[in-house]
Amino acid sequence: MLTLVIFLPLAAAASLALPRVGARTAGWIWIAATAADLALVAALWAGYGGGVAYETRLRWIPSVNAGYHVGVDGLSLPLIAMTSLLFLLCAVYSLGRTPRPRAYAALFLFLQTVCLGLFAALDLLLFFVFFDLAIVGMYFVIVGWGHGDRARSGLMFFLYTFLGSLALLLGFIGLYLAAEPHTFDMADLVADPPRAGGLVLLAVGAGLAVKTPVVPVHTWLPPAHTDAPAAGSAILAGVLLKMGTYGFARIAVPMLPEQWRAHAWVIVVIGVVSVLYGSLVALAQENLKRLVAYTSVNHMGYVVLALGAAGLGGGAAARELAVSGAVTQMVSHGLVTGALFLITGVLWDRAGSYRIGRFGGLAGRAPVLTGLMAVAVFASLGLPGLSGFIAEFQIFTGVIGAGAVAAGAVSLLGILVTAALLLLALQRVFLGGPGELTGRVRDARPGELAAIAPLLVLSLVIGIVPGWLLDLIEPAARAVVTLVGR
Amino acid sequence: MSPAALLPELLILAGAVAGLVTGLFTARERQWVTAWINAAGLGGAALTTMTSHDMSPFEGYAVDVVTNVARITVSLATILVLGLAAGWARAQPRESELYTLISLAALGAILMAGAADLLVLVAAYLLASIPAYALAGFAKDAAGTEAALKYYLMGAFLGVVMLAGVTLAYGHSGATSYPETRAPAVAAVLLLGGLLFKAGGVPAHFWVPDVAQGASRPVAAFVTTVPKVGAFAALYRLASDGVIDEPALFAVLAAATMTLGNLAAFHQDNVRRLLAYSTISQAGYLLVPVAVAGRTELAAPALLYYLAAYAITNLGAFAVVVTAGADSLREYAGLARRSPWAASALVVCLLGLVGTPPTAVFAGKLLMFAAAWDGGYAWLAVLAAANTVASLFYYLRWIRPVFARQGAPGERRVGAVAVIAAAGSVLLGVGAGLVLLA
Repeated sequence: MLTLVIFLPLAAAASLALPRVGARTAGWIWIAATAADLALVAALWAGYGGGVAYETRLRWIPSVNAGYHVGVDGLSLPLIAMTSLLFLLCAVYSLGRTPRPRAYAALFLFLQTVCLGLFAALDLLLFFVFFDLAIVGMYFVIVGWGHGDRARSGLMFFLYTFLGSLALLLGFIGLYLAAEPHTFDMADLVADPPRAGGLVLLAVGAGLAVKTPVVPVHTWLPPAHTDAPAAGSAILAGVLLKMGTYGFARIAVPMLPEQWRAHAWVIVVIGVVSVLYGSLVALAQENLKRLVAYTSVNHMGYVVLALGAAGLGGGAAARELAVSGAVTQMVSHGLVTGALFLITGVLWDRAGSYRIGRFGGLAGRAPVLTGLMAVAVFASLGLPGLSGFIAEFQIFTGVIGAGAVAAGAVSLLGILVTAALLLLALQRVFLGGPGELTGRVRDARPGELAAIAPLLVLSLVIGIVPGWLLDLIEPAARAVVTLVGR
Repeated sequence: MSPAALLPELLILAGAVAGLVTGLFTARERQWVTAWINAAGLGGAALTTMTSHDMSPFEGYAVDVVTNVARITVSLATILVLGLAAGWARAQPRESELYTLISLAALGAILMAGAADLLVLVAAYLLASIPAYALAGFAKDAAGTEAALKYYLMGAFLGVVMLAGVTLAYGHSGATSYPETRAPAVAAVLLLGGLLFKAGGVPAHFWVPDVAQGASRPVAAFVTTVPKVGAFAALYRLASDGVIDEPALFAVLAAATMTLGNLAAFHQDNVRRLLAYSTISQAGYLLVPVAVAGRTELAAPALLYYLAAYAITNLGAFAVVVTAGADSLREYAGLARRSPWAASALVVCLLGLVGTPPTAVFAGKLLMFAAAWDGGYAWLAVLAAANTVASLFYYLRWIRPVFARQGAPGERRVGAVAVIAAAGSVLLGVGAGLVLLA
C-alpha cells in the first residue's frame, strides 16, 4: 500500500510519456494522479495505529545489507501527507500556465515519488537514493522552467547540494562500517546504535545542514528560489528543505545519540545563528521572493534549535515538547511557505517582477490575493490561531525547558524581527499608495485561489484544533527523546 | 589441464576467425554478416561464462570470479561496440577486418584479466594492444593516423618497460607465476607502466584524449572502455596476489588520476576530449579498490561492479556521440527536441557517470567509498567524493545545451545502442543485489 503511494506518481509520469497526450490532458492527468495519491495517504492516516506501520522490507543489495525497507510512523506520516497535499495544489496551480506542460508534469510527478519515498525510507541507502534524485529533479525544474539567471542558479543549487549529499553518503558509510554487523537498515541501526565517532556525525550533519539549510551553508538557497518557477519554489521550500531536518530527526539523532548529546550545544548555536541571520538578512531584502526564501532559513533554524535542545540534559517532557514542535514546524512551514511562494508566483505572473518597491496598494485591486497574503504572513510569523504559533510555542517552551534559556531568549528576537519584516513587506506591497506595477495586477483567479486557500485553511485548522496532528506526532517525539537519551 | 574451462575465450577466437574467413568470400554489401558472426562468438562467451564453474585450465591462467566478470563485461560491451561500428562501417572496403580486430582486442582484454603469470600477462597485453593500434588508424584519415601513431609509440614504449619489469621480478624471485612472484619496488613501477597505459591512468594517460578525438567514434568508444576492464582486473590480481604490494603507491596514483582527469575535463569544448578526460578520472576511482585489495573484503565486489557499471555507462555516452555525429558542445544544443531518446540516454549516462542513483555507477561508487574507508584509506574516499562533485560541473556543461530551446540543425535519430546502454545502466543499478549475489 505504501509502495503504491510512493510509486503511483511515477507511473502517472510514465503514462505522460505516451504519444498523443495533449497539453490539457497532461495537466488533468497530473491533478488526477496527485489527488488519487492524496486520497491514498488519507486512507493510510485513517488506518494508522501507532508504531511503524505499513512496513515493507525487501532485499536489494544483500552484500552490504541494504534493502528496500519502507514504513511510516508519527515522524514521517505528517510529512508524507503534507507532501502529497502540496504536490496536488502545485498541480492545480500550474494547470494551463506552464510551457511544455507534459515534461513539467512528468518532472513534478517524478519529484513527488522521490519525496514520498524519502520520507517513507527506512534504509539509509534508499534514503540517499531519493535524496540525490530530488536534487536532480529540482535542477531540471529550475533550469528548464525558471527565469532570470536560472542556469547559474541551477548549477549552484546542484553543485552545492550534491556536495552535501556526498558528505551524507560518506557519513552513511561511516555508520555502516561502525555497525556490527555492517548494515544500512535504519531499524537495525536505531535498535543498536553504532559506536561511531564525531567525524561521522560531522559528515552526516554537514550533508543534512546543506539541505536544511543552516547558516553558513545556506548560500545556494536564495538564488535557487528566486529563479525557480513558483510551483518549484513551493516544493523546494515546502518539501525539499524538510529532507534535511527530517534527516536530523530520523537519522542523526537516534543513530548517533552519544555524539548528538556531546555536540548538542553546537547544534543549538547553529540553530540560533540561523534563526537570527535568516531573519536579519530577510529584513534587508527588496526582492519579495528572496525575502520569503530567507524566512525559510529562519524557520528551519527553529527546527534545528529544537532538535539540538533534544540532546541537552533538561527534563524529558520539555525535550519531547521541543521535538514535537520541530515536527509541527516542518509541517506548518511546508504549508505556509508553499502558500507564500505561490502568491509571489501570482505577482510574477502578472507583473514580471518581485521588487517590493515597485508594487504598492494592491489591496484595492486584488482584495482576495491580499487576504491570502495576510493570512499567510500571519501564519508565518506565528500568530496564535495559526499553525506557526503551535509549532513555535512548543519549540520555545521545549528549548527553554531543556535548559537552553539563553538560546531560547535570543531566538525570540528572531520572531520579533520576522514579524516586523513580514508586516513591513505586507504593508509595502499591498497597502499604501499604488506603485508603478500595481496597475498590472489583477486579482487571484479561481484556479489560483483553489491552489492557495487549502494550505491556509489547513494552517488555520492546525492552529485552532491541533490535537489530531499532535496526537500523531507526540509518540514519535517521545521515541526520539528516549533514543537520544541512551 | 582442461581446455573446456577456456571455452569462452575459444568462442571469441572462433568468432573472430570465422568472421574474417567469411568476409573473404562475401560481397561487400553483405559483409555485415561478419558482425553477427563476431557478436555470436562474444555472446556465446558470455553465456558459457554464466554456466561455467571456477577451475583453472592450466597454471598461469586463473578462472575465478574476477575473470568471469571480466569475460561477461568485455563480451557484452564489445557486442554493443559492434552495434555502433556496424552502422559506421557498413559497406566499407575493410568492414569484416574491423569486426575481427575488435573481437581480438576484446579477447586480449579478457586474457589480461585471467592472466596469473607475468609472461601470460605480457602476451595478453600485446594481444589487447596491437589490434587496438590498427583500430585507431582504421579510417585512414589524418586525425586517425596521428592518433594511431601516438597510441602505438606510447604503447610500444610502455610495453617494453613492462617487459623489463617482468625480467626484474623474475630475476628477483625466480618465478613468474603470481603467488610465488614478489616484484621489488623498481619492478613494480615498471610493471605498472604497461598496465596503467591500458587502464588510462596517470602518468600513462596522455594517449587517451588524442585517441578518443582522432580515431573514429566507435573505436574511441571501444578503446576507452574495453581494454580498461582487462587492465584493472590484471592490476587487482597483481595487488591481491601480493605481486605488487604497494598500496600507498596505488593510493597516490588513484588520487592523482582522478584529480588530474577531472581538472583537465573542466573546459573541454569537444565532447570526445571531455569524455576522454572523464574516463581518466573514472580510472582514478577504479584504482581505489586496487589500492585496498586484500585489506577489505569489499575490494573485489567494488572493483568488479564498478568496472561493469563504468563500461556500460561510458559506452552509452559514446553511443550518443556516435548517434548525434557531433563533437562540439555547441552542436548538442536542442538535442532533446531533435532526438528525445538519444538525449534521455545521454542524461542518464552522464548523471550515471557522476554516480547518481539508481544507476549502476552509484552502487559501484558506494562500494568503492566503503572499500576505501574500510581498507584504511578514508582520505581517498573523501577525495573521491570531492572529485565527484567537481566532475558534476563538466557533465552539466554538456547536459545543459541539450535542453536549449533553440537547437543546432540536425536530423532526428534514435540511437538504439545508446538507449540500450542507458537502460542497462539503470537496470544494473536497480538490480544490483541480484548481480552481486551471482
